[in-house]
Amino acid sequence: MASVVFYFQVHQPFRLRRYTIFDSDTNYFDDRRNEAVCRKVAGKCYLPANQVIRELLDRHEGLFRVSYSLTGTVIQQFQRWAPEVLESFIALAKTGCVEFIAETYYHSLAFLYNRDEFVTQTQMHRKLMSDLFGQTPRIFRNTELTYNNDVAKAVEDMGFDAILTEGADHILGYRSPNFIYNPPNCANLRMLMKNYRLSDDMAFRFSNRGWAEWPLTAEKFTGWVDQINGNGYVCNLFMDYETFGEHQWADTGIFEFLRALPGQVLATGKNDFLTVSQAVQRYPAVGEVDVPHMISWADTERDISAWLGNSMQANALHDVYALAEAVLATKDPVIIDDWRKLQTSDHFYYMCTKWFADGDVHKYFNPYESPYDAYINYMNILDNIRSRTTVSV
Amino acid sequence: MKVFMLGWEFPPHISGGLGTACFGMTKGLDEIGVEVLFILPTTVPISTSSHVKLRTPASLAGQQTRATQRQQVFKHVRLHQVEALLQPYATPATYRKAVEELLTQTSLGKSATPKMVEAMATEMARMRSFASGAGTNYSGDLMGQVYRYASLALELAERETFDVIHAHDWMTYPAGLAVAAATHKPLVVHVHSTEFDRSGDNINQQIYDIERAGMHGADCVVCVSHLTRTIVASRYGVPSDRLEVVYNAVDMPSGDEWQIAPIRQNEMIVLFLGRVTMQKGPEYFLRAAKKVIEKFTDVRFVMAGSGDMISRCIQEAADLKIGRYVTFTGFLRGDDVAKIFSMADLYVMPSVSEPFGIAPLEALSHNVPVIISKQSGVSEVLTHALKVDFWDIDEMANKILAVLRHPPLHKTLRQHGQIELRKLSWRDSASRLSGIYSRLTANA
Repeated sequence: MASVVFYFQVHQPFRLRRYTIFDSDTNYFDDRRNEAVCRKVAGKCYLPANQVIRELLDRHEGLFRVSYSLTGTVIQQFQRWAPEVLESFIALAKTGCVEFIAETYYHSLAFLYNRDEFVTQTQMHRKLMSDLFGQTPRIFRNTELTYNNDVAKAVEDMGFDAILTEGADHILGYRSPNFIYNPPNCANLRMLMKNYRLSDDMAFRFSNRGWAEWPLTAEKFTGWVDQINGNGYVCNLFMDYETFGEHQWADTGIFEFLRALPGQVLATGKNDFLTVSQAVQRYPAVGEVDVPHMISWADTERDISAWLGNSMQANALHDVYALAEAVLATKDPVIIDDWRKLQTSDHFYYMCTKWFADGDVHKYFNPYESPYDAYINYMNILDNIRSRTTVSV
Repeated sequence: MKVFMLGWEFPPHISGGLGTACFGMTKGLDEIGVEVLFILPTTVPISTSSHVKLRTPASLAGQQTRATQRQQVFKHVRLHQVEALLQPYATPATYRKAVEELLTQTSLGKSATPKMVEAMATEMARMRSFASGAGTNYSGDLMGQVYRYASLALELAERETFDVIHAHDWMTYPAGLAVAAATHKPLVVHVHSTEFDRSGDNINQQIYDIERAGMHGADCVVCVSHLTRTIVASRYGVPSDRLEVVYNAVDMPSGDEWQIAPIRQNEMIVLFLGRVTMQKGPEYFLRAAKKVIEKFTDVRFVMAGSGDMISRCIQEAADLKIGRYVTFTGFLRGDDVAKIFSMADLYVMPSVSEPFGIAPLEALSHNVPVIISKQSGVSEVLTHALKVDFWDIDEMANKILAVLRHPPLHKTLRQHGQIELRKLSWRDSASRLSGIYSRLTANA
């Protein structure tokens, strides 16, 4: 038996508006752009993908299951600009075959800089999931699957059953991501590791005509899943939900693929689908995976250099968390919310200089002309929020 | 492959980027084994005090051309100086003075007109008719010198063998056309700037006509950027299949040029270096400076260079009441350029129009981060630079302030800029040129 574990990440950041040192107002966010992106992605991805998932849940009557993580920021955006998307997620939650995963509410890197803030944002998110979907998450994933032993310990201390991370080669070595593992010294926490080969076949290579396996069909993909039988328990397919319709456009056939896959996988009678919690309940941990250094699911390095790889990023991250005490002391919910939105990891990703000159995936998602512009803009806003904390005190 | 190359400035006698570009390009060609015979006009006064050794070969002694050779640097390059004065940036008054000086220094001024081949004569006659137009900016007989240069170059060409002719900017185009007509060798003209870059829309018709004739008479027009390529295609009507883009580059300073940084003062230095002319946008630099000083006063703005707007800029600095924050150094050359770069914290190039712009590359090679105008050719090749629209004073000040206030930004720009610079070598540009030469000579 091989169990397919789908987990989809749903996230949008609050992108910043152009803010020079000569600006002094407190409107930091580019609402027009954020609304436009939110509506566009809702139309191209979230609504049609939720529709397909809904059809699959209905057709397979309890045999098809998926898990999601929706960040607090994307939910705020749905509430303002696309309430119909939120409603369709709530409808999915009511089927009982959909599980919601916890993460930091603001999709932040708080764990690296402020443990209290990390815990606070996780609790905020857990409460949000409970309020919206009527379920309290038992499984945690850190922003962009950033992970090490310390994250595991902190997450175990918060009472979670399992944590998701990347099945990076340099971590697993000869071992397979298709088993369940334990972090060292965490008796109560399991690790689910992303099968990045199969996940990326769907998320990145699906429409690549230069790829030897193109075109990817549900039959072919099911064949690869079948190979796990006897060699593992789970097939962890973790990816951005925007894969469907946004990264892979509808005309690539990605929705048809998604629509056909569950039927194919179930047809052999040897496989099933599980949510993340069901997977850790059914299967035992087979060993310990030691991750002393930070890993993530990003880039070929699978490290955190996309967010913390140059001096500008280090400086910006350091400075935003240096404000923690002053910001929280204001007890002003607007300032605190603004400050937390500035912690969203995307802001630091925009400052990444890796391969900037070559132009690639980093550039595609970047609202700025250059990482330098991203840093300058961010630091100007940070100056302003700093001045608000001193005024309030 | 042997190239008959026509230029009008070469280190150490330079007033702008063209000399630097010609030096780098010939050095690159030299390295890949392309022979270059570089024809230069006279510079007045002729100085032999620099690192360049000038020599007059016995074969040409007493002739109407004077040869110089740069012995230390090149294997395959020879330099020839011909007695003509080409100084595009001089004002008519200073130019007239220089011409008179040249005429009294040598007997050449009174010598007979050199003989011309027939094809050349027609071409020259047509061109001279432009030159006779009245009321031009170059009334100090620059046009006369342009044709003088052409006829001397032609005479020299008849005594040399070569495969291709390469002419840099409009003043050498008549020479290039003449030599091409006489020898039937392919002609490459190299556009480092156009009349539109230098004069905005108030162009000098004579110069435009010479540029146009040169571009249309050439077998290939090499542009220093896509920005320039667009202008050449749209304003001069050159068919796109004859256009090529070859970027300029920069030599990294060799180890022995590193100097111990002067003792730092508390002031940070923001540098403008270039001709102080409309084209370079000096007044935008000053207006941005004014905005910067409103927020940050431990700063000094240095304007290095001379030009026809220098008085206006000094006046402007006074009017803006930022005089005490602005230093005017006048024209700098050689070691002084390296020294000012070593002192600078930031280099700003606010050019209104800049076909390429080598100075930002030089700044980066001295570890100085740069802000460049988006209206520049160099912005096509530099990604690790801050870019602004030249008119956007607020954004320019915003970025200057960011570099001054945030050391991590300064550091990241420097580190990545250095790496990026290594991809821009004269050798690569020379290889592109060499490819063009081969293609043209194969067709011929």
